[in-house]
Amino acid sequence: MIEVDGLTVRYGGVTSLDAMSLTFEQGTCGLIGPNGAGKTTFFNVLSGFVRPAAGTVRAFGADLLSMAHYRRARWGVRRTFQTEQAIEELSVFDNVAMVHEHSRLGGASRRGDVLDAITFTGLDVAPEAPVRTLGAGQRRLVEVARAVVGRPRLVLLDEPAAGLPDEETSHLAEVIRRIPEHTGALAILVDHDMSLVSACCATTAVLDFGKLIASGPTAAVLRDDAVIRAYLGVA
Amino acid sequence: MSGTVRATLERASPARIARRPTRPQLIKAAVTAALLLFAFFALPELLSLYYVDTMTQVAVYSMVTVALGLLVGRVGLFSLGQAAVLAIGAWAAARLLFATTQPYPLVLLEAGLITMLAGLLIGLPALRLRGLYLALITLMLAGGITVVLATVNFPNGGHGFLGYNGSLLHIPPIRRPSIAASDPAYFRYSMVVAILMFALVLAHIKTRPGRAWAAIRQSEPAALAAGINIWFYKLWAFALASFITGVAGGVLAGAIHYLYSINFPTQDSITLLAVTLMGGVFSLWGAVIAGFLSQFLPALLNNWGVSADWLIILFGLGVLQVLTTAPAGLADQVPKDLARLGRFLGRRLRRRPGGDAE
Repeated sequence: MIEVDGLTVRYGGVTSLDAMSLTFEQGTCGLIGPNGAGKTTFFNVLSGFVRPAAGTVRAFGADLLSMAHYRRARWGVRRTFQTEQAIEELSVFDNVAMVHEHSRLGGASRRGDVLDAITFTGLDVAPEAPVRTLGAGQRRLVEVARAVVGRPRLVLLDEPAAGLPDEETSHLAEVIRRIPEHTGALAILVDHDMSLVSACCATTAVLDFGKLIASGPTAAVLRDDAVIRAYLGVA
Repeated sequence: MSGTVRATLERASPARIARRPTRPQLIKAAVTAALLLFAFFALPELLSLYYVDTMTQVAVYSMVTVALGLLVGRVGLFSLGQAAVLAIGAWAAARLLFATTQPYPLVLLEAGLITMLAGLLIGLPALRLRGLYLALITLMLAGGITVVLATVNFPNGGHGFLGYNGSLLHIPPIRRPSIAASDPAYFRYSMVVAILMFALVLAHIKTRPGRAWAAIRQSEPAALAAGINIWFYKLWAFALASFITGVAGGVLAGAIHYLYSINFPTQDSITLLAVTLMGGVFSLWGAVIAGFLSQFLPALLNNWGVSADWLIILFGLGVLQVLTTAPAGLADQVPKDLARLGRFLGRRLRRRPGGDAE
C-alpha cells in the first residue's frame, strides 16, 4: 500500500503537484490526466529524481522520500520511461541482469530470475540478442522485464504503450495485468490510452494541473463529469 | 500468447544461453592469438633495436589509450589529463625502483595503486562535472601536474622523499627486471603487462561494472532507476583507468631508463584523446591502433627524416574524419572497408570475361 500525503512539487513558479493526497491499495492502479497534469512528476518523486517541496510518501510502511534515489531500486521501486530506455549496447539478458544485481537478491538465483522475467513478458527473442537489434515493442517488453525482476514492491509504468500498434498494446496489457500476481508488487500505470487503463486497472486516479480531481473504480472514474471536463476542456 | 511464452521458455533454456562461442567469435579469438604470438616471438627477431624500442612504447601507450578509451567510450567521461596521470605512474615507479629492491611486478602494482589514489583525489571533485567541464578541469590539472613535475623533477638516484639530486654527475639508469634486461626481452615483458591490463579491462566490461557503465552512458535516469549509484561507478572507472595508466608509467620508466618532465608535455594529453578516438573507443583493438598511431608513426617519420610535427595536422584531420564518418573509429571501420573491398574485388574477378570462376 502506498500512502501519499500532501505531496507538493514546485518548479519555480509552476506548481506541478498541488497537495496530492492519495492511497494506492494493491493490484494495478491507473493514473491518468491531460498533458502536464503532473503524472510523470509524481513518478519522478517516487524514483527520487525530484525532491518535493512538501508532503510524505509511505510505501509498505517505509518512508520512501528519505531513501537515496539509487537505494530505492534496491528497496523495490522499478520504473519504465515515457521514452523507452532499454540500454542498446547490452543484450536483453544483461539489461535485466543489470537491475537484478542491484536488487536485494543474491547472485546465485540471478540467471534463473532474469530468464523468468524475460519469459514473463513473452518477449520472443533470444536472451543474448543485443537490444539495438530489437523493435520498439520488444524494447518496451525489455523495460517491463527490468521492472519485474528482483522482487519489486512498486512498479511504475510511464506510458508503456506509447507509439505501439494495437496488437502489441493488447499483449502489453495482458503482461501488465499479471504483474501484481506474478511479483506481489503494486503497479501504477500512467497512460493516455483509456482502453489500456480500463483493461489493466481496477482503480484509477485522475490528476489535472497537479490536483487530484477523481479516484475510485476505473469505470466510474472514466464516467465522472469532472474527468470528462478535464480531458475535453468543456466548461 | 501462451504459445509465445512457451516458445520463449524453450528458447531460453539455460543450455541455450550457456554462451557457446559463435563461429565469428572463434575466428576473432584465433586471429588475436596468432597476432599476439607473432608479436611476442617473431617481432623482436625481425625488427631493428630502434623499432623494438618503438614497439615497447606502443605497448605502453596502448595501455594508456585502453584506459582512456574505457573512460570515453564506456562511461562517456572525457579526460584531457592522461599524460599527467602517466607521469605520476612513472614518477612513483622510478622512486620505488631507486629506493627499494622489490621485484619489478610488485613495483608496477604499487605504482598503479599510487596513481589510482592520485586519480581518485582528482576524480572525487572532478566527477561532479561532466562533458566539456570535466575535460577542461582534467586539462588544467594536467597542466598543474606538469608544472609541479618540472619543479620537483623525476627521481634520478638522489636521496630524500623526492629522490632527485641536481648535482649528480653520474645518473644511474632506472633498472629493469632481471629477466628482461635487453631491449627485445623488455618488449616482451611490456607486452605481457599490456595483455594483463587489457584482460583487466575486458573483465570489467563483460560483468557488473560494464553493464552499469553502459547504462550510465546511454541514460543516467535509466541507470538510477536500475539502482546504479552513478557517482560510485564513475569513480570506479576513473580509478581503474588511473591504475592502468600508472602501471603503464611504471613500464615506461624501465623502458627509457631516464625520465624528464619534458617527456610528458601537457599537449600530449590532447593528442592521446585524438588518437584514442581515431583508433576507436568501443573496441580493445582501437587502443592498439591508437598506440601505433601515437608511437609508431612518429618513429617511422623520424626514421625517414620527416618532422613528426606533421602528425599533429594528420591527427587533426583523422579526428575530423572519425567524428563525421566513423564514430566507432578505425578498429570498426577498417575491417568493414576491407570486407567491402573483398566483395568488390570478388565481383570484378567473377565478371571478368574469360575468368574461370563461373
